[in-house]
Amino acid sequence: MRELPRVVITGIGLASPNGDSLAQYRANLLAGKSGVVPYTIRHVGETYAGVCNFDPLRYQTRKEARRGTRAGGISIWCANESLKDAGIDIATRDRSRVGVYIGITEHGNVETENQIHEVAQYNFDLSFWSHHHNPRTVANNPAGEVTLSLGISGPAYCLGGACAAGNLGLIQGMQMLQLGIVDLALGGGVSESIHTFGIFASFRSQGALARHDDAAKASRPFDRDRNGIVVSEGGCLYTLERLDDALARGAKIYGEVRGYFVNSDASDFVLPSSKGQQACIRGALAHARLAPEEIDIVNTHATSTKQGDEVECEAIRSVFTGAPTRVNNTKSYIGHTMGAAGALELAGNLPSFDDGLVHPTINVDNLDPACALDGLVLNEPVRPARKIDRILNMSFGMLGINSAVIVERFRN
Amino acid sequence: MTRDEIVIAIKDIIATIAPDEEVGSLAMDVRLRDQIELDSMDFLDIVMELRKRYGVQVPEEDYMQLATLQGCVDYLGPKLESKSLVLTALKG
Repeated sequence: MRELPRVVITGIGLASPNGDSLAQYRANLLAGKSGVVPYTIRHVGETYAGVCNFDPLRYQTRKEARRGTRAGGISIWCANESLKDAGIDIATRDRSRVGVYIGITEHGNVETENQIHEVAQYNFDLSFWSHHHNPRTVANNPAGEVTLSLGISGPAYCLGGACAAGNLGLIQGMQMLQLGIVDLALGGGVSESIHTFGIFASFRSQGALARHDDAAKASRPFDRDRNGIVVSEGGCLYTLERLDDALARGAKIYGEVRGYFVNSDASDFVLPSSKGQQACIRGALAHARLAPEEIDIVNTHATSTKQGDEVECEAIRSVFTGAPTRVNNTKSYIGHTMGAAGALELAGNLPSFDDGLVHPTINVDNLDPACALDGLVLNEPVRPARKIDRILNMSFGMLGINSAVIVERFRN
Repeated sequence: MTRDEIVIAIKDIIATIAPDEEVGSLAMDVRLRDQIELDSMDFLDIVMELRKRYGVQVPEEDYMQLATLQGCVDYLGPKLESKSLVLTALKG
């Protein structure tokens, strides 16, 4: 098979419940600082959520923010921040050769609920149904809002991949660069899910919505007493370029996307499959031509549900037993950022190439024996003796979608 | 509502849907779209706000009547004279 061009990450723009920039986010991951807070949403009442605090008016007018969606606003923030971080002035580029690929768990629930709430006040008279409903709910809305913000006229769309979606945006960007269809790609994922009561209500009906006296401790993957998911909003978009282009302009390089894999369990609507996850991890290793012992950090998907965490640990154990690999988790700090999770959680680990530290998974008071993995980094950061060169990032989603991405320290 | 209050009512609706615009200095006889950035979706927002705030239905064939502030006052005067002014954006 023909060798495809190498693709590197040259910019990161993010909105996390515990940070609006990579530096702030990383500092909070190393300091064990949660971004989960008490949160109230109609019909559900008091619960917890990861809420972002970036300034939406930095890159949008008030009218643009009013007309668009929260997912669009998060995407615009991340896209602008990412390009700024990459040192790229988009106005100097051929914007027909720029692509935008945004992973989403779901999109449109927020606006649909809002409209139904609105017309209910008018006895369901549909003359009160907003003309903004369709442009806000189409599945390409977040990517489309980015194109409007930046004048990007290349291929831009969203990828629906449940909670595996963040990785999918990154993968799609890489593929479009390798195929030569675009020269610059923004890829990652976003989530506005805290603004739809339906997501909370459905997890609660499933017995999978986190409960705890302390918001900061509600999301606690691998803890014996974990009881469910904290729903969060957020986003992360990577600036991706072919290596030659990045080198030619002297770009700062965060890492090279070395390999990836996406597969399907084909076994259940909701329940994960260790077998499918193992196949996904092994697929990514094979795609990157790496052995398990060459992976330094595995960022787990674990969402703090009883079964999900156990199943994932079983998959990791089957592949990495005997390897010096460290294992951590980001949802313990920020909850589950849904479509953003894959991209955002990878971003939190990338600074390890420079600072040599592995951030821990926090909130583990009593480690569940079923989740006791070799290399699990608990509650405090560690500095492995070996240099950190490769990170494997996992994201899984409903209907059995699994994704894994491997990013390597850049070496020319 | 008096005619002056109708002008305020319209300006308040515009300030709500186009919050970046300065509505205080809008001229009465110049097309609104020539004074501030308003597109067709914004115009539908104006019609929607009239419906929500005052129960006024503006049929599509009458949209042209709302092109200027003076047009709004003339067209909406009879429909709004028994209504009370609702302020959101310009409140306080």
